[in-house]
This record gives sequence, structure tokens and C-alpha cells, in this order.
Amino acid sequence: MKVRTLKRHLIESLKSLKRNGWMSLAAISAVAVTLLLVGSFVAMLMNVNKLATDIENDVSVRVYIDLAADEKEQKKLETELSTLKNVDTVEFSSRESELKQVVGSYGNEFNLFQGDDNPLYDVFIVNTDSPENTAAVAKKAEALENVAKVNYGGATADNLFKTMNTVRNVGVIIIGALVLTAVFLISNTIRITIMSRRTEIEIMKLVGATNWFIRWPFLIEGALIGFIGSFIPVAFISFLYVTIYDIGTTYLSGTYFALLTPSPFLFQIGSAMLAIGIVIGAIGSSISIRRFLKV
Amino acid sequence: MIEMINVYKKYPNGITAVNGLNVRIEQGEFAYVVGPSGAGKSTFIKMMYREEIATKGTIKVGEFDLVNMKDKDIPYLRRHVGVVFQDFKLLPRLTVYENIAYAMEVVEKNPKVIKKRVLEVLDLVGLKHKIRMFPNELSGGEQQRIAIARAIANMPRVLIADEPTGNLDPDTSMEIMAILEQINTQGTTVIMATHNSQIVNVVKHRVLAVENGRIVRDQLEGDYGYEG
Ligand SMILES: Nc1ncnc2c1ncn2[C@@H]1O[C@H](COP(=O)(O)OP(=O)(O)OP(=O)(O)O)[C@@H](O)[C@H]1O
Ligand SMILES: [Mg+2]
Repeated sequence: MKVRTLKRHLIESLKSLKRNGWMSLAAISAVAVTLLLVGSFVAMLMNVNKLATDIENDVSVRVYIDLAADEKEQKKLETELSTLKNVDTVEFSSRESELKQVVGSYGNEFNLFQGDDNPLYDVFIVNTDSPENTAAVAKKAEALENVAKVNYGGATADNLFKTMNTVRNVGVIIIGALVLTAVFLISNTIRITIMSRRTEIEIMKLVGATNWFIRWPFLIEGALIGFIGSFIPVAFISFLYVTIYDIGTTYLSGTYFALLTPSPFLFQIGSAMLAIGIVIGAIGSSISIRRFLKV
Repeated sequence: MIEMINVYKKYPNGITAVNGLNVRIEQGEFAYVVGPSGAGKSTFIKMMYREEIATKGTIKVGEFDLVNMKDKDIPYLRRHVGVVFQDFKLLPRLTVYENIAYAMEVVEKNPKVIKKRVLEVLDLVGLKHKIRMFPNELSGGEQQRIAIARAIANMPRVLIADEPTGNLDPDTSMEIMAILEQINTQGTTVIMATHNSQIVNVVKHRVLAVENGRIVRDQLEGDYGYEG
């Protein structure tokens, strides 16, 4: 396509957008709302997925020591744990240091649990040689004496993955409905443009304009609606994510877990949203071009 | 140049508008198409620029085979065939200049070429001084002259006019005829369907009389041959 022609198509599309003012605005808003939800949702799912994977890859098993156990029994437990199969290291973490960590991540409210009010256990942090062995090690540790309870990442990860699946399925349905609404509103806007330009289309055909020359402005108009509509949610989500990331990083500092860093993530999700917006727009206009533009 | 052999056109509603029509029109000819209302004149003409597709038969316009041609080639046929209607079909929001330039822009002509050619055709139809006006500021005759200017802007080899004087008074009709004659003199084939007996009888050209979808009379320097 010649640059001149492209410019002409763009101008035609912008004129139509303006002429259809309210319809265009409705279609743009529909795209914006849809993408806001799509974007937030995907951002959330991807982070939960990241956390679940982090947890899954965590090789440690936390063995909580019975409060009644004395020092000798603790030593015995430590030896038993370190001789278990697939165990690399066993570290001791006292109730006090456990509480310090909690206060570090969740805030000073937990300070009132100092001293004898400390609700936490002494813990042996058992590192296995690979994530797959955590379940087996946990099971064996559970059977040992003076063990209050055992916790490992795999179980939590499994639960997270399950919840995520449900959330994803519900989300896909809601987003699907929203996408359809946006497509419908865009195709309606384009239909109105086509109707209002009937004479021009007739003359273009008569004097020998090619079919694609006639179609382009309508296609571009739809794509523009999608493009403009995706701008707002991209900006909004970027801002929101950076904020959440800062807060989340503070909470997760010192742990094995982290949120996805904004730098590649926001670019990826942002460009994906722009692309989705443009595709929704192009699909919406294609529907009307097929149905109402007889070329 | 234009050749139709045994052409039939049956509309989806069952009406056979063209019924075994044969004709040959050479480059540079001027031909009237006359006949009673409903005879099939407009259908006959529309098949020349593939607005309607023949149900049967052979239609050739220049090197184009209109029966077997692909849809994507239609625009290139249309660039060789200019069309003018009774109701002008000008774009109300565009000026005289823009209306004519529009026809050239949409076939991606060079802006410099467009500027020069628009002035040229406006000169030919004698309306250079109304270049900035809008269609609703023009008389019917003037609007038709703009429509003709637009139809020939892309230098078609054939100009087709379906009752171009249908909405105009006799004097204005004669002005339109003078323009069509001039375009014909420059080598463009002109085909004009009309009910205007006065024009046909005074401005003598070949006459193709259509009845019941057939050419029943083909007469050089012919006359109208029907009442009123
Ligand atoms: N699009 C169409 N669909 C169905 N029938 C049509 C269509 N166009 C024309 N006809 C029918 O075909 C026949 C020929 O019509 P056509 O318009 O070619 O006649 P015409 O000679 O141009 O008449 P007029 O002098 O009134 O313009 C008529 O019976 C008409 O009703
Ligand atoms: Mg007719």
C-alpha cells in the first residue's frame, strides 16, 4: 500500500470515529473494561502461578518440634532427621527467630507475642536434595518421635494450583462474555459507518476502487477503537502493578518467593493487551464488513 | 469494442429482462438505446460494467470477458467504463472539485495528475468557475455536468449514460448532449439510454431499439421511433 493511501485510510477512519462519537465511545469503553479485567486477571494468575512454582521448587520441609521435648530429645530428633534418605541439611530455628521473621514480614502487631506468649514452635528446617523428595521426607519425619507437625511446599503448591484452575475457568467465562460484548459494540459502530457512507461506497465501486481499498478504512476504524480502548487499562494496570509489586516485595523479602518483576512482565502483558484490543477491533469490524459491505 | 452474443438475463424473481440479445459497438461510436419502459434497456447497459451478470451468453468489453471474469478484476473493468445516471449521485458533503477528485483518489491516482485532470474536465463541462461550490448550490443541469466530468476523469474508453437528461428541461438536456458529443469526438464510445425523442431525432446517432429484452431495430443515424 502506498503511504499516501494509508494516510487517506487513517484520516477516513478517524473522521468516522468522530462522526459516530457516542457509539465509538461506547465501543472504546467496552474494550477498556474488558481488557482491564483480562489484564488484572492474567497478572494475578501469572503471579499465583509463579508463587506456586516457587513453593513447589522449595526443597525444604519444616518439622515443628513438640513443645514438651527437652534438649536431649531435640538432639535425637535432629540426628534421626539428618540420617533420613535424601536429606541434605538440617537447620534449627528457634521460636524466637521464627517470630522475628513473622514480625519482619507482617508487621509490629506480632510483637505482643514476645516471650512466653510466643505461639510458635521450634523448627527443624530440613533441606532435601530435590523438590520431588519433599513429600517422602515429610512423611517419614511425621512418624518420628517429638514431632508436632510437618509442613512442606508441595502440599501448599498443589492447593494453589487447584484453586488457580477453578479461578481460571470462571474467569475465562466472564472474560469471554465481555469480549463478545466488545466485539458486538464495535461491529455495530462499523455497521453504522458503513450505512452512513453508502453513496461513497457505491461511487467507489463504480469508478473502480478495489475491494480492499473500500474495506481498509472500516477495518482500521475497528482496530483504532480496540487500540484506543486498550490504552487506558494498560496504563492503569502498569501503575497498579508497580505499586503492588513494591508492597509485595517488602512482605516477601527474606523468603524464597518473589512476584514477577515489572520490567519484562509489564511489557509482555501490556503489548499482549494492545494486541488483544486491536484484534478484537479488527474482528468486530470484519463481521460488519462481511455482512453489510457488499464488495 | 463491446460485443454481446446471445445474452440472457434472468433476475432471481424470475423476470427475464434480457432475452437473447446480440450487439456489437465499435470504439468511438455513439449509440442511443431506446424502447418502452421495462424493455430491458437499463439491464442491458448494466451488464456492460458488470453491475448485473448475464445468466447466459458472451459479453466482451475491450479485452475483458465479462462472463468469465473474476470478481477481483471488476474494479479494473470499471476504470475503463464511466457511468452517469439520471440522479447524478454526487456526494453532498464534497465540493465540485472534491467530487471529481474523489473518483481519481480512490483509484490511487497521483495528486499532481488529479489536480491537472480535474481542471481539465471541469473546463470541458464549462464549470470551472463553480469549482468550490457544493452540489446543492448547483442547478440540475450543472450537477449532471459535474457527474459527467467525474465519469470521464479517469479517462474511460466507454461512457455509459442511463437517462442522463431524465430530470432536465429541454434546453439543459441539449447542453448535456453537447458535452457528450464533445467527449465522443475525443474518441470515447458513448452509450446512452433515453426516452427523449427530441434529442434522438435531432442529434442523429446510431439507434438500438430494445423490446422484450432484444434489439428489434439497429439503425445508423436512426430516429426515436416511439410515441412521445
Ligand atoms: N434488480 C431487479 N430485480 C428484478 N427484476 C428487475 C430488476 N431490475 C429490473 N427488473 C425487471 O426487468 C425488466 C427490465 O427492467 P429494466 O430496468 O432493464 O427496463 P428499462 O428498459 O430500463 O425500463 P425504463 O425505461 O423504465 O428504465 C423489468 O420488468 C423490471 O421489472
Ligand atoms: Mg431504465
